[in-house]
Amino acid sequence: MFEQTSRYSGTVDSAMLYITVISVLMLLLITVAMIYFVIKYRASKNPIPTPYHGNTAIEVTWIVIPTILVMSMFYYGYKDFADLRNTKEFDEEYSVTAKMWDWDFKYENGTVTDTLYVPVGKTLKFNISSLDVLHSFYIPAFRIKQDAVPGRQEFVVITPEKTGVYDIACAEYCGVNHWNMYKKFIVMEQDEYYAWIESQASNKKDEVNTTEEKPTESESNEMSENGKK
Amino acid sequence: MSMNTTTNKNYTNFFQVKTKHKGLLAWLLTTDHKRIGIMYLVSILSFFLVGLTFAFMMRLEMLTPGPTIVDAQTYNSFFTLHGMIMVFLFIIPGIPAVFGNFFLPLQIGADDVAFPRINLLSYYLYLAGAFLALYSLIFQTHIDTGWTFYVPYSLRTGTDVTLPLIAAFILGFSSIVTGLNFITTMHRMRIKGMTMFQMPLFSWSLYSTAWIQVLATPIIGITIVLVLLERSFGFGIFDPTLGGDPVLYQHLFWIYSHPAVYIMAIPAFGVISDVVATFSRKSIFGYKVMAYSTMSIAFIGYLVWAHHMFTSGMSDTARTVFSFLTFFVAIPTGVKVFNWVATLWRGTIVMSSPMLMALSAIFLFSIGGLTGLHLGSISTDVHLHDTYFVIAHFHYVIIGGILSMFIAAMHFWFPKMFGKMHNEKVAKVGVVMYFIGANVLYFPMFIMGYMGMPRRYFDYLPEFQIYHVVSTVGSWILITAILLMFTNLLIAIFKGKPAGSNPWGAKTLEWTMPSPPPLLNFIDTPVPSKDPYDYSDHDERIFRDLKNKENIINQENS
Repeated sequence: MFEQTSRYSGTVDSAMLYITVISVLMLLLITVAMIYFVIKYRASKNPIPTPYHGNTAIEVTWIVIPTILVMSMFYYGYKDFADLRNTKEFDEEYSVTAKMWDWDFKYENGTVTDTLYVPVGKTLKFNISSLDVLHSFYIPAFRIKQDAVPGRQEFVVITPEKTGVYDIACAEYCGVNHWNMYKKFIVMEQDEYYAWIESQASNKKDEVNTTEEKPTESESNEMSENGKK
Repeated sequence: MSMNTTTNKNYTNFFQVKTKHKGLLAWLLTTDHKRIGIMYLVSILSFFLVGLTFAFMMRLEMLTPGPTIVDAQTYNSFFTLHGMIMVFLFIIPGIPAVFGNFFLPLQIGADDVAFPRINLLSYYLYLAGAFLALYSLIFQTHIDTGWTFYVPYSLRTGTDVTLPLIAAFILGFSSIVTGLNFITTMHRMRIKGMTMFQMPLFSWSLYSTAWIQVLATPIIGITIVLVLLERSFGFGIFDPTLGGDPVLYQHLFWIYSHPAVYIMAIPAFGVISDVVATFSRKSIFGYKVMAYSTMSIAFIGYLVWAHHMFTSGMSDTARTVFSFLTFFVAIPTGVKVFNWVATLWRGTIVMSSPMLMALSAIFLFSIGGLTGLHLGSISTDVHLHDTYFVIAHFHYVIIGGILSMFIAAMHFWFPKMFGKMHNEKVAKVGVVMYFIGANVLYFPMFIMGYMGMPRRYFDYLPEFQIYHVVSTVGSWILITAILLMFTNLLIAIFKGKPAGSNPWGAKTLEWTMPSPPPLLNFIDTPVPSKDPYDYSDHDERIFRDLKNKENIINQENS
């Protein structure tokens, strides 16, 4: 449904697909058996039921096989997530602060923006916190979500593999404008990003007031393109 | 055949019986479990209709992006009111309070529950909690926290949170008392000759539910007290500005509220078991496994609460452990579904309206259960958590599995409760519409959720509109189906044909007495059989002949 934005989002999608395929097969099995029995043993056709109280071998089978299947699902969902969480080295760090009803994105050089600009192909760590109530930092395209908890700092790791403009949403209910915390997550070419972040740093030296400067024309074009998606 | 072919005219049923109180007081002060069951039915359905109205308005608001009928603040109140009313006033008490009260003593051959007066007390606790909740929800500033009351938002919101919390606290006591009553009833009041493993599976489901009610509910009570202390006196338990921990609140909340999902679901499983066995004319496949799986769902249900919190900031170890444990709930649940289907095998399938509803419930509940696997696995849950996928999963379970079995129970036991037969054709049309409506309403939410539509959003991005439109149309179909079935039953109370003692050919003890039951239930002491669903000498042709004769006699008498 989505383009593959990172290796991790690909693994989430394949875990999703794996569970869905097994689920659909199970559902088909149950439904087909149910319909078949209902037709074959309808009262008008089969007025005398055959007493039958159960069968231990069958019971054991449908305890053991589902157990194996769900354990594989557990492993699938756990493994890639654990890999992601155990990432120890990061190219860039950002601090993401949620508040009613806005986000602040702070870069390592002190720049603060309300749109999040990041370079493609780098391992990025986002330290997430909140100033007031619970919020949740959610980027659907990267299959990433982390609650912003006041008084705590949580983190997520993203390694974007594709440039583009993606949505950031708040996923934890936080009041009247909860629905209106959409921001953009803009993945840029590396040289473009580093040029921009440099200029922000020098801007900052010139004026104490950090005015945000939209990077390039191509980015804003892309933004409107993705808006239609 | 143990079926009574003639209706015993020389008895007074529990509706007609004279007590020392007259008129309305004879109901309000009754300790008869059947009258209390009926009072629960009336109250619970009234609150259900209120909750349904909020659901209808929420879906209407979602029809178009931007404000459609209300503003954001009102929408937030809608989903809070919908959630609170449906969870605390309808689906948690639901099947146990209505059908448990009415049928548990009948199924185990008792003349009432163990503590009839405490039973009435629990009804009044329910009513007091319900009115307090409705009063504050409607006459105070409309609460907007969501039914989960997550802190710190619920500590800070300007809306009135205190009264609804006190209401939930009182409702909790009603639930605990009912549970205690049922456990004692099952241990102490079973008729001589009936062991625990000869009880119908509906009674078994009430037994394990009752244990959850007794053991889990106090935790929400304590949590509510802590929130109230914090809101009123500034205790620093949950509020981070006072050194508290908001995640602790979530733990406490879900330690109750996850088992509460099984308080809702297990009785519905019990109804499916009874209905499927009855209309397959066959003992349930693997009776003991079914009883054990009911108990193990209740037990494992305690150990999985934090799967609601994979994104809340728990340690990675906790996420792993809770994800692992969560998958074990799937096993006994799966066993139940397989056993129901296997019960159909070589049976004699009678497609009555409760049976049709039970089969539809097995399908819909399976979807709800299987999508629970997506939410139990960590990496997929992190993406799907707090999106419409969760709403879809939850409602496939609740609407597809539990509400539908509440309605099936209404149809299955209606002839026994009121002594009248409803129109089966209309009921079956209702079931089919219900099935279609539920799928149209909830399936698009899976897709939306996977695409990243967060829940509790007043507005949405344009790409989600098509799914919201389909979903809203589904809500109209579903509501029409529900109202159609309710109206059909309401008409039958006044105009239905006499039902006789056992119109369905069921085997459990509640069908051995005339309908409606007499005050102390059994005219002759019933003899329980070893197998609660003993169809060993059943022939559907003979049963139908007998039933036709009975119908003719009934019509002549009336």
